[in-house]
Amino acid sequence: MTKYIIRRLLYMIPVLMGVSLIIFILFNLVAGDPSAVLLGKNATARQMLEMKEQLGLNKSHFAQYVDILKSAFTFDFGRSWATKQQITYMIKQGAYPSLCLTIPAFIISTILSLIIALVVAFYRGKGIDLFIRFVCIAGMSISALAYILGFQYFFAFKLGWFEISGFEYGFPNFVPYVALPGIIWILLSLGPDVRFFRTIILDEVYQDYVRTARAKGLSEMTILLKHVLRNAMIPIITYVVIQIPYLILGALLLESFFGIPGLGGITLNALNSSDFPVIKAMAILSSVIYIIFSLISDILYTVADPRVKLK
Amino acid sequence: MKNHSLWRDAFGRLFQDKWAVASFIIVIAYSLVAILSAMGLIAYDWAREVGGSNLPPSAEHYFGTDIFGRDVLSKVIRGTQIAMSVGLATSLIAIPIGVILGAFAGYFGGWVDDLITWLYTTFSSIPNIMLLISITMILGKGLFAVYVALGATSWVNLCRLIRGEVMKHKEREYVQAAGAIGGGHFRKLFKHILPNVTHIIIINTSLQFQIAIKSEVILSYLGLGVQGEPSWGTMIDDAKLELSRGVWWQLAGATLAMFVIVLAFNLLGDALRDSLDPKLKGK
Repeated sequence: MTKYIIRRLLYMIPVLMGVSLIIFILFNLVAGDPSAVLLGKNATARQMLEMKEQLGLNKSHFAQYVDILKSAFTFDFGRSWATKQQITYMIKQGAYPSLCLTIPAFIISTILSLIIALVVAFYRGKGIDLFIRFVCIAGMSISALAYILGFQYFFAFKLGWFEISGFEYGFPNFVPYVALPGIIWILLSLGPDVRFFRTIILDEVYQDYVRTARAKGLSEMTILLKHVLRNAMIPIITYVVIQIPYLILGALLLESFFGIPGLGGITLNALNSSDFPVIKAMAILSSVIYIIFSLISDILYTVADPRVKLK
Repeated sequence: MKNHSLWRDAFGRLFQDKWAVASFIIVIAYSLVAILSAMGLIAYDWAREVGGSNLPPSAEHYFGTDIFGRDVLSKVIRGTQIAMSVGLATSLIAIPIGVILGAFAGYFGGWVDDLITWLYTTFSSIPNIMLLISITMILGKGLFAVYVALGATSWVNLCRLIRGEVMKHKEREYVQAAGAIGGGHFRKLFKHILPNVTHIIIINTSLQFQIAIKSEVILSYLGLGVQGEPSWGTMIDDAKLELSRGVWWQLAGATLAMFVIVLAFNLLGDALRDSLDPKLKGK
């Protein structure tokens, strides 16, 4: 077990090196020299040289690559081109509004999906199962943009139930601002989550131990809640853990529509102002977080289920 | 006794499913619209002013007109062409890469497997949306960047699935038999194993296609997609400002067009999985 965890930890190194390589190729090789863009067309050769030095583009390719790899550990991403702020500072500022939106929405949507999936699994093959499965697929087929636009227009603009846009710090001041985007997040997650949880639960329903439990005279409800759910919990937990990185990444579209100054909003602003270092920093940061949580997810899986072979 | 091939059985099952048939017809219809539009036979004059500004839907213009008096239905059709071309291009990039890398990794194992596993683990470690945004931003706005970005993100899943499946197959007796009569590695892999994993490619493509369409809409909405031509994403972007003035038809047209095709691909993907891979039935 320990050996597996150590090996899995060590495997993070080549993956991080690979991620840095992709980001290096994209931002340092393909993107070319941004100093001309940054300084405008009247820049002198001297200014451009200074700019290059400031951006670290006069270093060798290898040194530039090492810089990226280093930033994956130190989280020192330099300064934004647009706002001139330290990117680390911007990320720290943006994390709070993002998490205010994503964490409650994520917890509610996960619990709600699990409950719906259990109901659907209980009535498997019956009308309600087919109906909810269809609603899930139909819901997943509507563009996220349509949900956001429609809900914002109707509930915030027309009915005035929620704030249209903006954010305030501190609980409970932020609640009116994140409520509607949170509801939209929940609606967007329900479809895929219910479908996934249903599959996992139905995987267990046809196992031998369920037949044994039934033969023993247990009610269908007890079987589902005490036996099936407990076994299904392993894939469910790993599925939930692997989604946590996306909470930190923020809700790109929701934040931009509702004017929430979170990480998603920072990313989109950077996109609009061609602020490469910020996009690069977000790509590195989100990859590092993803790698860490997929490691946690894998380890949880093997710890929780001794049948999983350690290779 | 009548001889039924595997594929005939599978498609027999598929065509008993009303929803699958309907979805299939919708996919064909959208493809036709896209092809006709690409050939310049329909909606070629989408940019022409055909009436007043922001006219609501009527018998003349089913989806109304936009702010410049252009027919929204024609724009939806142009958008269909863009969306389907993105789905197709993504598949054409993702399938060869995913299948070849996955097959090599699964079949040869050893360092080949290590290398390819590392490659797709690396790609899947960068959250998709960040990779999509980075690639389209760096390559410059436009369809080409969208193709490349979606191609670069969508081979990963296929590669992983093919690798797992080929691994299972390579130890089977039919592959050993093919080896015993003198078949080399490539013959065993491409002639014997790959035909047995084709169903994975078909199922995955159906699901990947709709992901590509959805992604194109979001990228176009963000201004990273097609330029100077209508796409469902740019239409939704326009609608953002129009909605408060009660102009809802551009949003409705683009959303509806997208909903129908994405739903069709979702249903078709599920039906294909049930019929081509009956072991997974009901999952």
